[in-house]
Amino acid sequence: MKPIIATGAIALAAALSSGQAFANKADDTLHTAFSKELETTDFYFQSAREGTILARQVWDGLVYRDQKTGEYIGNLASSWEWIDDTTLEFKLREGIKFHNGEEFDADDVVYTVNYVVDPDNHVVVPGNVNWMESAEKIDKYTVRIHTKGPFPAALEYLAGLVSIYPNEYYAEVGPTGMGQKPVGTGPYMVESVDPGKHYVLKKYDDYHESPKGKASIGTIDIRTIPDVNTQMAELFSGGIDMIWNVPSDQATQLKAMDQFTVSNESTMRIGYITMDAAGRGGENPFQKKEVREAVGYAIDRQAIVDNLLQGSSKVVPSACYPSQFGCEQDVKAYPYDPEKAKELLAEAGYPDGFTIDFYAYRNRPYAEAMMAYLAEVGIKTDLNYLQYSALREMQQKGDAGFGFLTWGSNSIADVSAITSLFFKFGNQDFARDEEVKNWLDAGDTTVDGEVRKENYSKALKKIADEAYWIPLFSYNTNYVFTKEVDFSPSPDEIVRFFEMSWK
Amino acid sequence: MLAFALKRLGLAVLVTFTVSAISFSLLHLSGDPATAIAGENATEADIAAINEQYGFDRPFAEQYAEWLWNAVQGDFGQSYYFKLPVAELIADRLSVTMTLGVCAISFALLTAVPLGVLAAIRPNSLIDRIALFISVAGQAMPSFWFGLIMIVVFSIKFRLLPPSGSETWRHFIMPTIVLGYYAMPAIMRLTRAGMLEVLNADYVRTARAKGAGAGRVLFKHALRNAIVPVVSLSAVQMGFMLGGSIVVESIFALHGAGYLAWESIGRHDLPTVQALILIFSCFYILFTLLSDLANAWLDPRIRVG
Repeated sequence: MKPIIATGAIALAAALSSGQAFANKADDTLHTAFSKELETTDFYFQSAREGTILARQVWDGLVYRDQKTGEYIGNLASSWEWIDDTTLEFKLREGIKFHNGEEFDADDVVYTVNYVVDPDNHVVVPGNVNWMESAEKIDKYTVRIHTKGPFPAALEYLAGLVSIYPNEYYAEVGPTGMGQKPVGTGPYMVESVDPGKHYVLKKYDDYHESPKGKASIGTIDIRTIPDVNTQMAELFSGGIDMIWNVPSDQATQLKAMDQFTVSNESTMRIGYITMDAAGRGGENPFQKKEVREAVGYAIDRQAIVDNLLQGSSKVVPSACYPSQFGCEQDVKAYPYDPEKAKELLAEAGYPDGFTIDFYAYRNRPYAEAMMAYLAEVGIKTDLNYLQYSALREMQQKGDAGFGFLTWGSNSIADVSAITSLFFKFGNQDFARDEEVKNWLDAGDTTVDGEVRKENYSKALKKIADEAYWIPLFSYNTNYVFTKEVDFSPSPDEIVRFFEMSWK
Repeated sequence: MLAFALKRLGLAVLVTFTVSAISFSLLHLSGDPATAIAGENATEADIAAINEQYGFDRPFAEQYAEWLWNAVQGDFGQSYYFKLPVAELIADRLSVTMTLGVCAISFALLTAVPLGVLAAIRPNSLIDRIALFISVAGQAMPSFWFGLIMIVVFSIKFRLLPPSGSETWRHFIMPTIVLGYYAMPAIMRLTRAGMLEVLNADYVRTARAKGAGAGRVLFKHALRNAIVPVVSLSAVQMGFMLGGSIVVESIFALHGAGYLAWESIGRHDLPTVQALILIFSCFYILFTLLSDLANAWLDPRIRVG
């Protein structure tokens, strides 16, 4: 019996080893992986990072933000001007064709904008588009976008969050059809979609003269592999060429092996501690400014960055990501000083500290590190580690006022995408400071850049003075890819396959 | 027998109904579906719009009644998350899970039953010890760890098998072994215990005494009786494998129904979760019924009783 098993095993092994396909540049296909099942490829009906990444390959916006200079360059539009505070006129490029052959003109822009702003169409993240009132065709290659009020970040939003769809095709197939067979003008065409599981992109040879540039790699093959260990196994066995969001400890090991390129880049996501200064959830210690300041002095944020986040993460001083427009950096700092924290607590009437619930929804080790620091100065915490949606729901009701949260700003490089969201009396605003709100309002509705900066600066300085938030650190992502791949990641956490090439 | 079967069926329908009602309430209690659908980047206005669109602000009973009414008519609605018909989505994912489940339970039975029989024939022998070791190891190893070890050995070291995906039969080998191995110890131990018991029974001695061959005694007289509880156990294990292979499906990126159910809970994709729970509970009921029938065939006493 034994020999039979032995021969059987060898035969099986031989059969299995034949025909194994390895990813490499020979077949001009870059294999990569998403960690999360993407809802749909229709950009407006999903809210995932993966969807944004796909959208940048398949569609174009009217304008494009240069990653290096931060300047806006025409993409589908060749030029634009503000007619008045709420009207932006675009001249469109001529001769651009969608992947299905449909010609691009003003009708496509008008249709897309008017479709996504219509509340009856229920786009998933209305806030991305509902600053627009409507779009209007002036002639075949001229279009005006009307905003609801002065909206200074319009170009930033148009560059990042408004993909232009082909009007005839979208009218025919709708969101479901766009999710199964996406059609755009972008550097890559979608060859196949297996919803949530598998996406194949092919280089679009007729791509227009866009600031994005033509794609170099012929095919991009993306599979969803939820487990990071499995992703690494695929990388080792040659099944895929590139992964990202690799945890820092594993990235360090991979780097030491010298078999792959490990590239670390910061992201726009920041972590922060929020405190119930307004007493929305009832009377609590954080209504006293000294207690909030004590929290700031109690936590060694640099140590958390050095030991846990690593990479290009940095301590952030202000309630926004440093490179965002209007993100004032010169604000009151809270260096690590546990003695001072204790003094402040005593001053506030808590010489022996107090015990309170602490909420978090991601990066449990970071939350636990913060809790340990807080305990050292006398603030004892009970961790409530929740699903994000559950935490948001509690905050809507004014609960969960003390916790560690994060915000990625949708990769929008403007303070209005973070500070204004959290400090204008919304249901995640536990500061409820009238003055801060007014400054933010002024910044959000003025087109003049200097006036905006001035107002945001005032708001951010007060947020820091009052210690409404303790901003913690910026996040980072590790990208790991084979030595054959030429790629430099950008700080907005968007993987641009069209900028990659083979070495 | 017919009255008995009908009664069981009626009970099964009630169980299914109760399960769906409980799961519906639990999902609603566990968090705000609108916040989950809107995603991390959503503002409050976004969430309010979704609440209105999906009607989450309506009374809970009304929402459940509406779902139930549609489900009875075969309409499971649209997945909140994938924006696809739930039936279409599940059909796709279920085929992977079914393939994996059938392969895994077959693997478990084909290894566990012969090992159990061998172990029972020679209790406390070397083969019994080996069988015991295998089953203890199977019980003790978490499947995510075993799965990763398999990947390290067969995908990375020897490059024999692809680590993830579900495109070809080769993708199913490692998941089958990992999932099957998890079910194996219980089946093997039960087979061994049952065999030990019946091999010492009077009728087996009688069968031997009347001169029946060793094989005939072993398989016709002994195993047929010893296997009855194993069949029931396998039915439960099969149900578990269809709904509970989440870890294995996740590690090998198989995108089956178990993983879909797990992820859908986190996404508050109520129509998908509800439909999956209904299907899983139907499976459990179906397999229990099948095992009852199989046992009745194996053991005439059950048929009469």
